[in-house]
Formats: sequence, structure tokens, C-alpha cells
Amino acid sequence: MELLLSILIDGLAYGMILFIISVGLSITMGLMRVVNLAHGVFAMLGGFLMVAVGSRFGLRPEMAAMLAVIAVGALALPLEKLIFRRVYGRSELQQVLLTIGLVFIGIAAVGTVFGNSLLAIPLPEYLKRSVDIGFRVIPMHRLAVVTAGLAVLVGLWFLFTKTRFGINIRASVDKAAAAEALGIDTSKVYRLGFMLGAALAALGGILGAELLPLEPYYPLKYLVLVLAIVAVGGMGSVFGSFMAALVLGTVETAAKYLMPEIASIMFYLTMLVVLSWRPHGLFGRQL
Amino acid sequence: MTTSHNDSTVSLLGAGHVARGRIGGVPFAPEICLAAIGLSAMWFMPGDLSFLTRIVTSALFVLSLDLVLGYAGIVTLGHAALFGVGAYAAGAYAIHVTAEPLSGLLVGGLCGGLVALATGAVLLRTHGLTCLMMTIAIAQILLEVLNKWRSVTGGDDGLSGIIVEPIFGVIEFDFFGRVGFLYSLAVLVLCFWLMRRLVSSPFGLTCIGIREDRRRMTALGASVYKHSLAMYVAGGLFAGIAGALMAQTTQVVGLGSLGFTWSAEALVMLVLGGMGHLWGAIFGTILFMVVHHFASAIDPFKWMFVIGALLVAVVLLFPDGLVQAIRKQAVRWAARRSNRRRHD
Repeated sequence: MELLLSILIDGLAYGMILFIISVGLSITMGLMRVVNLAHGVFAMLGGFLMVAVGSRFGLRPEMAAMLAVIAVGALALPLEKLIFRRVYGRSELQQVLLTIGLVFIGIAAVGTVFGNSLLAIPLPEYLKRSVDIGFRVIPMHRLAVVTAGLAVLVGLWFLFTKTRFGINIRASVDKAAAAEALGIDTSKVYRLGFMLGAALAALGGILGAELLPLEPYYPLKYLVLVLAIVAVGGMGSVFGSFMAALVLGTVETAAKYLMPEIASIMFYLTMLVVLSWRPHGLFGRQL
Repeated sequence: MTTSHNDSTVSLLGAGHVARGRIGGVPFAPEICLAAIGLSAMWFMPGDLSFLTRIVTSALFVLSLDLVLGYAGIVTLGHAALFGVGAYAAGAYAIHVTAEPLSGLLVGGLCGGLVALATGAVLLRTHGLTCLMMTIAIAQILLEVLNKWRSVTGGDDGLSGIIVEPIFGVIEFDFFGRVGFLYSLAVLVLCFWLMRRLVSSPFGLTCIGIREDRRRMTALGASVYKHSLAMYVAGGLFAGIAGALMAQTTQVVGLGSLGFTWSAEALVMLVLGGMGHLWGAIFGTILFMVVHHFASAIDPFKWMFVIGALLVAVVLLFPDGLVQAIRKQAVRWAARRSNRRRHD
């Protein structure tokens, strides 16, 4: 029983991190139909910018994290305008190649500036403590991650269902041509959606640094993880990403507790089974 | 729309030209060219034979990727799985059964082909992003299985102590790798000939048709699934042979031979050369390996930057690959010159 609860708690925290990192990718891939392998670069940049800004100006970690998230979101704007826009509507292969190229450039840039070492993310004092939740003691940080994941889910739900911008995004995901005919500026929606996705990735990278340590090869190392969530959840579906992240996160955590030898095999096997059963993901629609 | 139509006509015509296999009426001209390139490289760089052998095995692997990606249009990022399976199979065969090299190649190829058949049967039911994700997942699962199967594969340490007996029981592998290089080159030339036959056969042309327009080929009565699967198995077969060749010439097999990076690197080589052309695969490999050879002396991050920038540039500026871009430019110059002559 205690084992089961432990698995659920750890799986939940792990799944939440996967969710925050990958939901941005799901939105942009559903929206712009671009297979973006470079999403992890945004997550990594978030962490590295946070440390750089924080140590340079002596800011509190929360402040530095916020600035880093905004900076990554802002950085996504020229990237979209100069590079991504050119491969909209091109073949998947060309998108894959372009974004792998960006991954390599991102690794090279971060590796050259910060060196090839693990990045320690500074935690505020109150997150370093542990809390007793009855049957075991867990780090406060895990709780904060779960809370942040839920906040992102609720925030996106609000954004997508209650605001004008969210309606525009959903319309563009469903049928870009029809949305444009109705007077929605789709290229502006794409731009904002892309910035939102990048900012969310940065947030996930910073929050998840305890479980997925930040280093220059981060975008390549966790590339498959993030893409797996999007494919299993279904492109463009926020709730799909949430469910996929929780399921895959819990499966891998459970396998780590019960059969540590084959933990990552279980992760990929689950993904394979879901994809052969539902090729468009759990909540994806036939495109 | 018209451009894509023209492109497909061009590639079909190109394939037909290759089918006759003659340049200026000489039979086997492409194979002779390939052998000549290899032999002259050996002449110019006698001290770098292990590097040249690595180019040859990589070229065979990239060619097999070209069959799958360039001819059948299956986007894969897990092709190294088939290479790695062939390499481990050939290595284990040499250690446990017999160190005879030619049957080792066959074993490697067969294992690559069988794995391609088993995995292709699942993943080719999907296409696009889902298929891409499944190729990655399958490669990762195979990697983990081989990693944990320590008794046969040696796990993290890799498989070492592979010995190779003389070819035909006569020609012994020498210390300088001369025989190793010539052996690899011979295998490459033979496989190149087989692939050239394959892609210019009616079967190969049907695959090109499917790559260009799945729906139209279905309407014409071709089974997309069966053709794709057959081409995928052929790709697996040659990838397995390439892996076996690598295992025999380097005498070690590591987990990197199945890794995501190796799949991605092969993709980069193919794209640099231009896919859908067998020569593109060869030139792309040579270009990549030579640049890598000289750039790896500087720090690895600069090397990654070079590769990344090349990829971005190729996609944005030369979508058909560098070799095609140069060829087209040459054709354009030739046309301009003949035009000028006509005006004079």
C-alpha cells in the first residue's frame, strides 16, 4: 500500500514536469503542423538563462525564473519569424531536419558559453524543506511541482475556453483556412502560440531540473521523452498531453520501483502499444 | 504542383537511365566508378585505411537508409537499430559459431532484415509523425534489450574479441587493414549493384510512385503497405550487412551502433548528398566523414555547430541536397553556355 502510494506520488510529480515541458510543443505542433524537435532547447535555455541572470544581478530565484521564462518567450518571436515560418507546410522530413539542426546549434551555443557540466538550479529556502504527508516524507519541491502543473492545466483551460485568444487558437487548430476566412489573423495566432509554447517549455525546464538535470545535451537526451508525450496525447490537445504525461510518468516510475532493470523499456513499450492502438494519440483527432 | 510533377518525372527518368547501367555503353560503369574512387582513395591515403574503411561501412549504411527514406519515403529516426542488430548478430556469430566472414555478413543481413520485417509490420501501418515516433521507440527498446542482455552483448562494455578468419580460407586480414578495406569496398560495390537493380526494377519504381503520391498509387492498384514493407525489409537487410561489416573490420561492437545519434548522423549524411539518388548517399557520406575527421580535432561543440548550421542551410537553401544543387547549377551553366554559342 505504502509502495503504491509512493509510486503514485513520485509518478505524479514526474508526470507533471513532463506535462509542463511538452504541452507547449503539443500546442504548437497542433497549431502550426510543424514537427519541432527543438522544443527541448527552450527548456534548457530557460534553466541556463535563469542561473545566468540570477547570479549576474543577484536576484532571488523566483524573480530570475520569471525573467528567464519571459526572455525565452521573447526569443521565440524572431525564431518563428526568421526560421520556422519558412517550413510551414513543407514535408515532415524537412521540418525534422531543420529542427535537429537547431538542436545541434543550441547544444553548441550553450556548451560553448556555459561549458559541458551539469547546471545547479538554486532553490529558494522554503522549497528545500521536506514535508511529512502521513506515510512518508517528501521534498517540498515535489509538491510545488505538482501545484505548478495543476496551475498550468487550469490556466490553459481558462485561456482556451474563456478568452478570445483561446478561441482563435482552437479555430486555427481545427481549420486554419476557415479561421482565416472568418477574419482571424492566423499568422499572429501562430506567433503568439509559439511564444507561449516556448515560455511553457522554459518553465518546465526550470521546475523539472531536479528530475531531468540541465546540461548542454539536454535537448537531445529528453527529445524522445517530450515527443512521446505529444504523440501519445494527441497533437494540439492540452488535456491529452496531461493524461499522456501522467500515464507515461507513472508507468516509468512504477517500473523504476518494481523492475528497475527494464524501466525505460516499459516507457517505450507503453508508447508503442498506445500508438498502434490509436495512431493519432489518446485525444488526437484524425487530421 | 507542376514542379513536384516535373521532379517525379525527372527521378523516374533518372532511375530508368540507371537501369541500363551503362555510361557511354560500358556495362557496370557505376560500379567501376565506385571501385575506382575507393582504390584511388587507398592510393592517396595509405596511412588512413581504418578511416577509409569506416567511410565505406558508413556509406553502405547510408545507402540502406536511402532505400527506406529516399525511395520508399518512410521517415525514420531509428534506422541504426537495424545496423546495430546486424553488427551484434555478426559479432556473436563470429565468437560463438564460426569466424568465417562471408557467412557472418549473411547472418548480419538476415537479422537486420528479420528485425525490419517484424518492426515494419507494426510501424508501417501508420505514417507521418506517428510512424517517426514509433521508429524512435523501437530503436530505444532494442537498445535497452541489448544493453540488459549482458551474457551475449556485454552490455555497456560492448562486444569485443571478435575474430575474423581469412576470406575463403585463403586471404588473411593484415595488420595495416589493407585487406579489410578492399573486402569492405568489394561488399559495398556488390551491394551498390544490387540496390541499383532494385530501385530501377518495376518494384522500385512503384515505391518511388508511392513516395510521390500514396493516394494515386493506391488508386492504380498498388498496395502501399506491402511495397513499403518490402522496401523497409530490403533497407534492413543492407543495414544489417553494413553493421556486420563494421563489426568484422573494427572487431568491436558498442551500444552506440544502435543509438539515436547514429541514426541522426546517417540522416544528415543522406540529406547533405541528396536522397533518392544512390550517388547522393555516397557523396554525402564522404563529405560528412571527411569534415568530421578534420573537425573532431577541434572541440565537439564547434563540430555540432557546423553540422547544425549545415542542416539549417540545406533545408532553407538547398532542399534537394548539396550534390543536387551543384549538379543543377552545373546544368544551368552548361545550358547558358550553349545558348550563348547559339546566339553567336
